[in-house]
Amino acid sequence: MIGVFDIARPGSVAEASALLREHGPDAAIYAGGTELLILLKDRLLEPSLLVDIKHIPGLDAISLDPCGCLLRIGALATHREIERSETVRAALPELAATEANVANIRVRHAGTIGGNLSFAEPHSDPATLLIALGATIALESDAGRREVPAEDFFTGFLSTAREPEELLTEVLVPTVEPGTTVIYERFKIHERPSASLGLVMDIEGGKIGTARLVVGCIGERPVRMIRAEAMLAGQAPSPDLFATAAALVREETDPTVDAFESGDYKRQLAATLTLRALERATGSGATGGAR
Amino acid sequence: MIDTTTQRPTRTIRATVNGAPVELVIEPRDLLLHVLRDRLGLYGVKSSCDVQVCGACTVLVDGAPVSSCTTLALEIDGKRVETIEGMATGNDLHPIQQAFVDKAAIQCGFCTPGMVLTTKALLTDIPRPTRAEIEAYLGGNLCRCTGYWNILDAVEDAAERMAGEGAR
Repeated sequence: MIGVFDIARPGSVAEASALLREHGPDAAIYAGGTELLILLKDRLLEPSLLVDIKHIPGLDAISLDPCGCLLRIGALATHREIERSETVRAALPELAATEANVANIRVRHAGTIGGNLSFAEPHSDPATLLIALGATIALESDAGRREVPAEDFFTGFLSTAREPEELLTEVLVPTVEPGTTVIYERFKIHERPSASLGLVMDIEGGKIGTARLVVGCIGERPVRMIRAEAMLAGQAPSPDLFATAAALVREETDPTVDAFESGDYKRQLAATLTLRALERATGSGATGGAR
Repeated sequence: MIDTTTQRPTRTIRATVNGAPVELVIEPRDLLLHVLRDRLGLYGVKSSCDVQVCGACTVLVDGAPVSSCTTLALEIDGKRVETIEGMATGNDLHPIQQAFVDKAAIQCGFCTPGMVLTTKALLTDIPRPTRAEIEAYLGGNLCRCTGYWNILDAVEDAAERMAGEGAR
């Protein structure tokens, strides 16, 4: 049974932040509860106060800025709401498709994007793709608002740049120009993916412009493959180029070893997903695979 | 809202469970699974993996499938809850239940309440789902007996029955 706690339902970000500041480590932010309640049941966390932020108005909004260039996803938007949002489907269909495959239907109904990212479980599906997309995370407290690039938000296993009194309020996702491909690939045979890969790449005049390539699930946090990205930039797509990129990813990844997969196996998965994503982005080779 | 005997926080929740109004004093830490089973005697709600993976504890809250093992009972305040006990009308099984029986989609039966309720949510969402849509929606409900084939057949059969008679 879960330890005794009380629950507060603040009506604003400032009120929630003040509660978090006041109660310090005795308080935990509660929204969908999909990750938090499991920790509470296992007594890995024993807060005396849950700060239920679900009743703060407006935090679940999904909108596209008038420029059409920036998608704003409120922290309380559930995976299911993002998956089904016409705005997300039109602006970034791969993000909607990724959300449609998070965990299972019950988790997608309850779990929020803000909770998923704040928890920083290394196997998060959206985290990997959002870093590839160059998303920004908005953090707010009673002291103000700041924005952190998604790639700097995740600082380690279950660790983020969020301060204890801050709420993740919004995810800002730049949309892409026509001609830019957005791809999320994963390999999943357990409940959580073994490896994932996000790729955002544009090709103009037969050459790759920029590529953002992020490997997730296999290490403590999703990480950009800087060497592979630099190698791909300006090059003409070819099977040799892709093989070189995959080999670089294999070297560049820093897998953790767990009960399910060895480090070598995870490196192999990351390299294979790199190949698949690059082939899919250029319409070459066999696409897809286990998702 | 502190219980004078236990000195623990409590809340009063009001919900509709299988069509009947319910008012309960609970603790914020109480899980929906335990309240449904231990306070309301709804033993069709099964406890299994306890981490929102297997789907045995699935109930519908305002029509949406929920893992009652990982949901605070507080969350049903003001809402409508359906468990397997609310599916049949008297001795008449719901068409989804009848389809599961007729297609032999049940062996030990432990996963069946969750399967049936998830199917109800699916068919409300998508009345005539494709096989792929059924597989995707029920992907989070595990069955260790049947090999799933008969369950998928039963969901298709239920969709046909319900399209025939108008959803209920």
